[in-house]
Amino acid sequence: MSSNHAKAINPSDITLPQTHWLRKLPTLAIVVGVVALVAALAMAMGSHEKVEALQWSFHTSYMYFLSMGLGCLFFVLVQFATRAGWSVVVRRFAETYAATLPLFAVLFVPMLFGFHSLFHHWTSPEAKEDPVIQAKAAFLNESFFTVRGIVYVVLWSVLGLYYYRNSTRQDETGDKGLTFKMQKSSYPSIALFALSVTFCAFDWIMSINPHWSTTMFGVYYFAGCIMVVYALMLLTTLSVRGSTKMSNFITIEHIHDLGKLLFGFNVFWTYIAFSQYFLIWYGNIPEETEFYAMRTLGEHGEHWFPLSIALMIGHFVVPFFFLMSRHIKRKPLLVGLGATWMLIIHYMDIHWLIRPNWQSELNHFGLFDMLTLLGIGGLFFGIASLLLGRKSLLPQKDPRLTESMAFENM
Amino acid sequence: MSQKQNLYGVLAEFPTAAAVYQACEKVRDKGFKNWDAHTPFPVHGLEKAMGLKASKVPWIVLVMGLSGATGGMGLQWWINTQAYPLVISGKPFFSWQAFMPVTFELGVLLGSFGAVFGMLFINRLPMWYHSLFRSQRFEKVTDDKFFISIEAIDPKFDATATSKMLTELGATHVELVEQ
Repeated sequence: MSSNHAKAINPSDITLPQTHWLRKLPTLAIVVGVVALVAALAMAMGSHEKVEALQWSFHTSYMYFLSMGLGCLFFVLVQFATRAGWSVVVRRFAETYAATLPLFAVLFVPMLFGFHSLFHHWTSPEAKEDPVIQAKAAFLNESFFTVRGIVYVVLWSVLGLYYYRNSTRQDETGDKGLTFKMQKSSYPSIALFALSVTFCAFDWIMSINPHWSTTMFGVYYFAGCIMVVYALMLLTTLSVRGSTKMSNFITIEHIHDLGKLLFGFNVFWTYIAFSQYFLIWYGNIPEETEFYAMRTLGEHGEHWFPLSIALMIGHFVVPFFFLMSRHIKRKPLLVGLGATWMLIIHYMDIHWLIRPNWQSELNHFGLFDMLTLLGIGGLFFGIASLLLGRKSLLPQKDPRLTESMAFENM
Repeated sequence: MSQKQNLYGVLAEFPTAAAVYQACEKVRDKGFKNWDAHTPFPVHGLEKAMGLKASKVPWIVLVMGLSGATGGMGLQWWINTQAYPLVISGKPFFSWQAFMPVTFELGVLLGSFGAVFGMLFINRLPMWYHSLFRSQRFEKVTDDKFFISIEAIDPKFDATATSKMLTELGATHVELVEQ
């Protein structure tokens, strides 16, 4: 039985203390982010090859952090659609990350500049004579691609801001109608989200190699998104909870649940990744096996083979056994370690999806990757922590808040 | 002495969930081992008030699940490479990819067997008869009353003293139950 019932909330308990290190993060992270991106650009300038390398690195980092923002948006939508009670105390973190999606609308612009190096397989003059690519030309052409891209980023930005605005407005007004309003709009939003993420994965990752296609690709990227969210939210929860009164609201029960979902959706990722591989392996048709061949076989594949195996072990075997136990999920330090591991391995997954498509001497994890990770990551976490400091750390007037605080695992 | 051999234990009735919860904490703190609480619905946190340890079922599931998966893969390895090797759609005899679905299914099947039958085994179920059903009042446990039963085999058990203790803990009715 919980003793939290109907306790008045002290506003200072649910805001970030002035001395908290997350208060210093916005300035620091945004400065580091801008400096890193400008430095990367300055280093790449003048050499055509280096500009191309920067574009590939930028695209990889962009898809990595975008998956976090998208996953958080999906988390928020699902909580409203299912009228979930348990998650209310941690929902503000997801809402905050989802509200950074306009950043990715801005960072979408460089992708258009990098068009001819990233997507040269279907934009180059040779593609005009390729019958396979020409058959797809009605969909895969530059103007439609650009329009679609704009539609995705605008849609995500609108949804992210909509949920952040309405939820934070409820903090002040306490209007229960806002919950119903957000609930109602979550259902069509989920459908739009599913379509936009699926096609974004088709457009921005799968189309890099336009000869190869799979209907599972959208789900594959989505599985990564929804897995990494729980890792991100666990780490956010742990860094906020440690030194504030938030531990009165976010208990070990909520951490345990986030850990369970991290474990579960990691298995979901494995299921999707294996299903895709399994069907292609069994069918054994050259146009399909190309994807795996270029990551495991031949001179080109040999370079990527260690990463393919590392993903199998590091994305499934290790976290599966590590996160399985209840005792580990209930120890903040250990579950935090598991979440950090998943954040890193998720980057390796995105890298593995995108980079083998690029034939170049410069194609290895290097300075440009670090700078773009620092750059986009700095902006992403900078804006998120800025927003987090402005409002309360949980939706304090949500009608399901007491239910969430009383939540316990049996 | 013969009377004690016949005795199953003592059964105490409580009017509310809160009352039985607080009584459980006291019984736990007094160091009783062979006792149980009975409620019409799950009471949150009662397992902590009773001082119950974590269930052993997860370990059974882990062992069963891993043996199911190993057995599934091993079976297919044996059939396809040792007992009756056949070339199937040009794949190697040992094609672990193709064996994965069966491996997974057997892992899940034995894991869930472990969960269900392990739970039944630990609870000593199915059980044809239980002494507590001798009590007429105990029927209320599926309706609106809460009970604590302390068994006579508990080292700290004493028919008179334990009954008195339960009354002091707020029981509205205490009775002795025979085997």
